[in-house]
Amino acid sequence: MENFAELNELSFSRDGRLIFDGINLKIPKGKVTAILGPSGTGKTTLLRLISGQLKPDSGDILVDGLSVPRLSRGDLFALRKRLSLLFQSGALFTDMNVFENVAFSLREHTRLPEHMIRDLVLLRLQSVGLRGACEHMPSQLSGGMARRVALARSMALDPELIMYDEPFTGQDPISMAVLVKLIRSLNDQLSLTSILVSHDVEEALSISDQVYVLSHGRVIGEGTPEQVRQSQNAELKQFLFGHVDGPVSFHYPSKPLEQEVLPL
Amino acid sequence: MMVKALMNRIGYLGLWFLNICAAVGRAAWFFTQILSWGAGFKAPFKRLLIQIYQLGVLSLPIILVAGLFVGMVLALQGYHILVSYGSQEAVGQMVALSLLREFSPVMTALLFAGRAGSALTAEIGLMKTTEQLSAMEIMGVDPFKRVMAPRLWGGIITLPLLTLMFSVLGIYGGAFVAVEMLGIYDGSYWGNMQNSVEFYEDIVKGVVKSVVFAVTVSWIAIFHGWNAIPTSQGISRATTATVVQASLAILALDFVLTAVMLGGF
Repeated sequence: MENFAELNELSFSRDGRLIFDGINLKIPKGKVTAILGPSGTGKTTLLRLISGQLKPDSGDILVDGLSVPRLSRGDLFALRKRLSLLFQSGALFTDMNVFENVAFSLREHTRLPEHMIRDLVLLRLQSVGLRGACEHMPSQLSGGMARRVALARSMALDPELIMYDEPFTGQDPISMAVLVKLIRSLNDQLSLTSILVSHDVEEALSISDQVYVLSHGRVIGEGTPEQVRQSQNAELKQFLFGHVDGPVSFHYPSKPLEQEVLPL
Repeated sequence: MMVKALMNRIGYLGLWFLNICAAVGRAAWFFTQILSWGAGFKAPFKRLLIQIYQLGVLSLPIILVAGLFVGMVLALQGYHILVSYGSQEAVGQMVALSLLREFSPVMTALLFAGRAGSALTAEIGLMKTTEQLSAMEIMGVDPFKRVMAPRLWGGIITLPLLTLMFSVLGIYGGAFVAVEMLGIYDGSYWGNMQNSVEFYEDIVKGVVKSVVFAVTVSWIAIFHGWNAIPTSQGISRATTATVVQASLAILALDFVLTAVMLGGF
């Protein structure tokens, strides 16, 4: 199977804290790959490394055969035109309405006539069900609508790789179901490669072809959703089934309670 | 213990100095990035016009009202000093020269730093906090070119124009006080002004000052927005830093520019 992106022996630390310790990930072309893990495990950081916004301490990141950390600024911006990242917050431009947000990259990177831009934007908005909201400002949208507009914006230039950063967080059941359906159907209809970063286990497993589970800077599980579900790894099981205590302690590391609260 | 405490203090002093050097280095790198990516008005004209509107047109009320009152106060103070020498007819000359050489460039730049500089920092800081700048980068659009450069050029174009408007309103404010309220002959007010004000020495040098102030204020404001810690407290600190640092930089640069222009050293 051909890989669109690869992370080889990747290590990254920030403020003296090791985030990734020599991890290896392969993102197959045309598939939805879910990257799961508890909050604070560095999943968003991973997307920023793949998009070249951060540089690793060691190891390599290959996107379509190009080594991202070694690209010049110009080449990196050229590569980014082929990638897309859906931010957790949506990151819509607050001084532009929905239409202009979706038209942004078309206006920046193409010389298409205005009527063609209009048609493309309306088609993108139609695919996320928000054509009727094209005149709205971002402040008038609900969280779920903002994320769907951001999805339409990220699809505007027909990217080859789309990365979703916690797309289901804070969504009501209807918005969540809509996003789950959209991510899978857009990937299949447009022959994309998708990376889905999430800690919503069931939703992510339901639409992914391949899964990686990260914890404490390491890959603790990988495979198809079924293989991951049946894994006997204790740390993986604790995360997947939401056990309060286990290999990942309920308590943040600290001195014993009796030393701090009831000193003798 | 004493030696250790002393060494710690020296260490903190060194760290503070290194942090300042690093910040200056980052600011210089940032400035070269904006210039290299946004030089020669690469930003489309429409984006530049939006910034001229945001920074200039929206600053007009405060600049015009301030100019009017500064001119009126100058005329009032000048009259009461000059009248004791029997030279009250020279009040027009005094108002015009004070405004064109010092008050207009400095006061306009200070007001610009407070009104437009703080707004620039808050806007860019908020764009950073809400990941709009990151989103732009991911879409292959360079924020230096798309966001920073039009704002820098907008500031550079706008502040000198605001300075000239400040002078015009100040001179008319002075005329109102001197001629209408204090009874100075209007021919003396305008005539003395025309005889003493020189285009290059007074007007051009005042505009040169305002261009230097414009670069300084816009640079500081945009840098602090871009460098802001992406939290509400971080934006608040960045906005304060913009106003404080830009104001001090304007006053210090004014002394240096005045000394160079007068050739007093």
